[in-house]
Amino acid sequence: MNATAFARALHLPRQPLVRHLLCALAAAAVLYVVVARLSSYNDYQVGEIAAYVVALVGLSLLTGANGQISLGHGAFMAVGAYTMALLMNHTQTSFILELAAAAGVAAAAGLVIGLPATRLKGPYLAGMTLLFALAVPSIADKWPATFGGDQGLTTTVPTAPGSLSAEEWLAQIQIIGALLVMVLVANLLWSRYGRAFRAVRDDEIAASLAGIHVARTKVMAFAISAGCAGLGGALLALSTGVVNTGEFPLTLSIQLLAAMVLGGTGTLIGMVWGGILLVYLPQWSTSVSSDFNLGSGASAYLATIIFGVVLIVAMIAAPNGIQGGLGWMWGHRPYPGTGGRSAPAPVPVSTGD
Amino acid sequence: MRRRERIPMGSAMWARALAAGSLGLMLGVTLLPATAGAESTPGVTSSSITIGATVPLTGPAAPGYDEIAPAMNAVFDYVNAHGGVYGRKIHYSYLDDGYNPANTATLTRQLVLQDNIFADVGSLGTPTQSAVQGFLNEQKVPQLFIESGCNCWTNPKFPYSLGWQPPYTVDGKILGAYIKANFAGKKIGYLYQDDEFGQDVVKGLDMEIPSSSVVSQQTYDAATLAGPLSNQMAALKAAGAQVVVLATIPAATALAMLPAAVIGYSPQYVVDSVGADSPTVGPLLSSFTQKGGGTAAQATAAAGLLNGVITTAYFAPESDTSNPWVQTEKKLLERYAPSLYAKSGLDGNTQYGVALAYTFVQALEKAGKNLTRQGLLNAIDSNGKSFVTPGFVPLSYSSSVHYGFEGEEVVKLESSAPPAVTPTGSWIGGVAVSPVEVTSPGSGPIKKYTGPTSVPPKSLTSGS
Amino acid sequence: MSLFFDYTLDGIANGMVYATLALALVLIYRATKIINFAQGAAGMLTTFIAFSLLSRGVGYWWAFVLVLVIGFAIGAACERILIRPLHGRSELNPVIVTIGLLVVFEGLAGAIYGNASRGFPAAFSQSGLRVGGTTIAFSHFDVFILIAVLALMAGTLVLFRYTALGLRMRATAFSREIARLLGVRVGLLLTLGWGLAGIAGSLAGLLAAPTSSFGPYYMDLVLVYGFTAAVIGGLESPVGALVGGLITGLCISYVGGYLGSGLEPLGALALLMVALMARPEGIFARPPARRV
Repeated sequence: MNATAFARALHLPRQPLVRHLLCALAAAAVLYVVVARLSSYNDYQVGEIAAYVVALVGLSLLTGANGQISLGHGAFMAVGAYTMALLMNHTQTSFILELAAAAGVAAAAGLVIGLPATRLKGPYLAGMTLLFALAVPSIADKWPATFGGDQGLTTTVPTAPGSLSAEEWLAQIQIIGALLVMVLVANLLWSRYGRAFRAVRDDEIAASLAGIHVARTKVMAFAISAGCAGLGGALLALSTGVVNTGEFPLTLSIQLLAAMVLGGTGTLIGMVWGGILLVYLPQWSTSVSSDFNLGSGASAYLATIIFGVVLIVAMIAAPNGIQGGLGWMWGHRPYPGTGGRSAPAPVPVSTGD
Repeated sequence: MRRRERIPMGSAMWARALAAGSLGLMLGVTLLPATAGAESTPGVTSSSITIGATVPLTGPAAPGYDEIAPAMNAVFDYVNAHGGVYGRKIHYSYLDDGYNPANTATLTRQLVLQDNIFADVGSLGTPTQSAVQGFLNEQKVPQLFIESGCNCWTNPKFPYSLGWQPPYTVDGKILGAYIKANFAGKKIGYLYQDDEFGQDVVKGLDMEIPSSSVVSQQTYDAATLAGPLSNQMAALKAAGAQVVVLATIPAATALAMLPAAVIGYSPQYVVDSVGADSPTVGPLLSSFTQKGGGTAAQATAAAGLLNGVITTAYFAPESDTSNPWVQTEKKLLERYAPSLYAKSGLDGNTQYGVALAYTFVQALEKAGKNLTRQGLLNAIDSNGKSFVTPGFVPLSYSSSVHYGFEGEEVVKLESSAPPAVTPTGSWIGGVAVSPVEVTSPGSGPIKKYTGPTSVPPKSLTSGS
Repeated sequence: MSLFFDYTLDGIANGMVYATLALALVLIYRATKIINFAQGAAGMLTTFIAFSLLSRGVGYWWAFVLVLVIGFAIGAACERILIRPLHGRSELNPVIVTIGLLVVFEGLAGAIYGNASRGFPAAFSQSGLRVGGTTIAFSHFDVFILIAVLALMAGTLVLFRYTALGLRMRATAFSREIARLLGVRVGLLLTLGWGLAGIAGSLAGLLAAPTSSFGPYYMDLVLVYGFTAAVIGGLESPVGALVGGLITGLCISYVGGYLGSGLEPLGALALLMVALMARPEGIFARPPARRV
């Protein structure tokens, strides 16, 4: 199931922006009611999912639509989170501006990485982004005076209006952020920029012959994707209440990639499944493993094993991710931008022994 | 109109099914109870007390620290077997946060908002607990006996948070004073973990050791600790450091001593207690002495590298087998945590857990039958100094001080001392080389402790 | 000056271990165009098996060889069972499967062996060599690492260059369809490639273990830096793996020593960016022709 077919079925307008806005508004209304009725803890989790969705949408754009693999999105989340925390702690900027700055600074970081990335293919890019994911937190560790060291920098959510609980208010903020980003990225993917992204993904030479500036497109995709990750990191930092480097280990970047692929590379709604996986799968694995009554130590590792097995099985059973699998069940064409095809590999002249 | 008819019936049906499904889901979810009905005190019923914690059970930070919570559970099992506290059995729910503060934030909220714990007791880590300090205080949930030596737990802004182990700066001051007195004129070098832990120890060292004596300061980053700290030790050797202070976790202690041994550099090691427990560090060093096979030689050979190491202790170490507290702890663990005891025996971590849990039990007893969160805090603030614990000094709790122990003695690991025997082998024991001293993490003086030594109560020693 | 010497020796010793893992990654990438993120963890698991064998009194060298064979078996099994079904689809799917394997291996090691502190013995003495009266920062064991890795590299090159099997493997890497048409049993050779990579991974695990904090996670950073080494050297070149490993090891040692610990990832990143800016396909790769 994808937005187009759903929209067609419900006879929504054909124009992308209007359609996306309508869907987002409907979702916002439904979620508002849902969040109001859920418990505080569940509100907190819904908010976390929304924050991850923001980051995953960026990754989906980069990898699904533009074909660049990034193993470093955890680092962009860190950049966004630290930017927002630093502004919060040292200046009196408004909350919205702080979030925008988080996205902006992360996008600038994406520009810095994206520029050299234009020359790199597949696994080479993956290697560079992997090191980036490792390097960024170590910078924060090196200057504890600025970045708060072990205790980190605290983040504060603006006070909730009226009778809303703090968790509910935060969840609403995060949901609005997620819907906004989804609308913007969906529009982008439907616009000529989206077509340029996909053209570059499918065949760089053909795209450049067609007049698309390949390097500029790739850098743009990287920057936008990083900006989304930065915003996601900032939103997630609001949930945690504190920003410190222990929150951005290498495993975060790897889990983002896995969640994106499992959700459905290149899709946007699939990223909601990805966010749900990121938030609920660890909890579910822990509760399943504790049913085995192995004692806490072994059962904690059993939870890890279950998590890994789920990744493997899901990947083999549903190669197009959950969203792709749903689409296959409902017999629809994949949403334009779905991954599943990489650019044809260049024919090697020799194997360079 | 043609266009609509060409839409396969399937998709319209699916679209409607999806809409209906999500509506149903929404309704179902709203029918879920939001939270359990509010109790007078969350986590407390007439027959039980539910407490929780977040500790690293998996991940690179887990080795050693994953023993503490099960050891605590042994104490609670003992108390429950004897009727509990005022008839309430203690239920301890500890979750794995993998030392990731983002996980800590989520799991702590789960414990407080969903599982309704009475208090958060014995959670581990400075970055992890700092992440939830604001939340717990705002929810007025006691954050008791945090397993971290950060100086930050005494904070009037966060009255619900309490430390327990000696602050790292106290370690640094007492070790620094010992070095100043016993290694005057020697060249000193530091190798410390580049975070709050290491920096706080160095803060204490610098309060005592004159800066002219310190010839080299090296650091390492715990997150990227991959292999031997060869470069750091080479730099310390090149600077001519004759005394090397290690503010390191056990893994890093081994990864510092190993390359030093490779290049034949054997300074006088002074190691913070965090990284000096011989049953924990010993096995890590055992690989050095191996020459291609067999495990019989490991234990005794590894002792060679730890011989002469200076460290501190704030309760009797496991090698002091005649100490009544050590005997009590052994018996307790053997009886109530047999699998833990069979695996790890009595080592620094299990001792820590037993002592911490016993402190909590006394706090519960002093809080009285009418148990509230505020009441528990008041009980600790007013009565903490009179709690009976294995520590050499009484706890320091008061309404203005939320550190636990602030006193320790200096210990030297000696191969002539009785060893610490655990299921993994026989590990070098230590002897006290200074009297017990007390100091605060601030700039105050170090004073000798002249009070009484604590003795375990009859009920604890009566064989359970 | 002696500090520089010490840092260099340290860099070489570490670099050799990274080179071994890089070789494993290169072998797999040549065969199946996949980055195997589980390679480090597989080496960790086989080393734990060695630890079990040693605890039961098996002689070190018997355990050593046996564990290399087990590594071969695990690698081959992974390819046959998990990676083969994913052939032909998105290139990201096998990556996620290997990530899942990484998590499973670490979980298995943690569940079976627990978190207890332990050390893994070295093949030879870890005391520094005595050269001209001073003890240098290079132990007998480090010499063994050097020799073992060079032997593995040499063996790999001999295999590829001078044997019929190696020729068939190179043909498979060049173009599967053409190789199939020429009668090469492609599937078997892919499995073999993963098996050989498994041997290299096990060796890396055995060489890294004595000087690490031996637990389920000790190969994580070796994987990251091994990946870096493979990328720098060119993902299809075994010689590149060796050179890349050395360069990476030296860079990390110098950065950590002169600029301060904790900056090593940044140094490695800078190195990688410089290397890839100069040669985007790695130092030893020949740039592929582009067909329009």
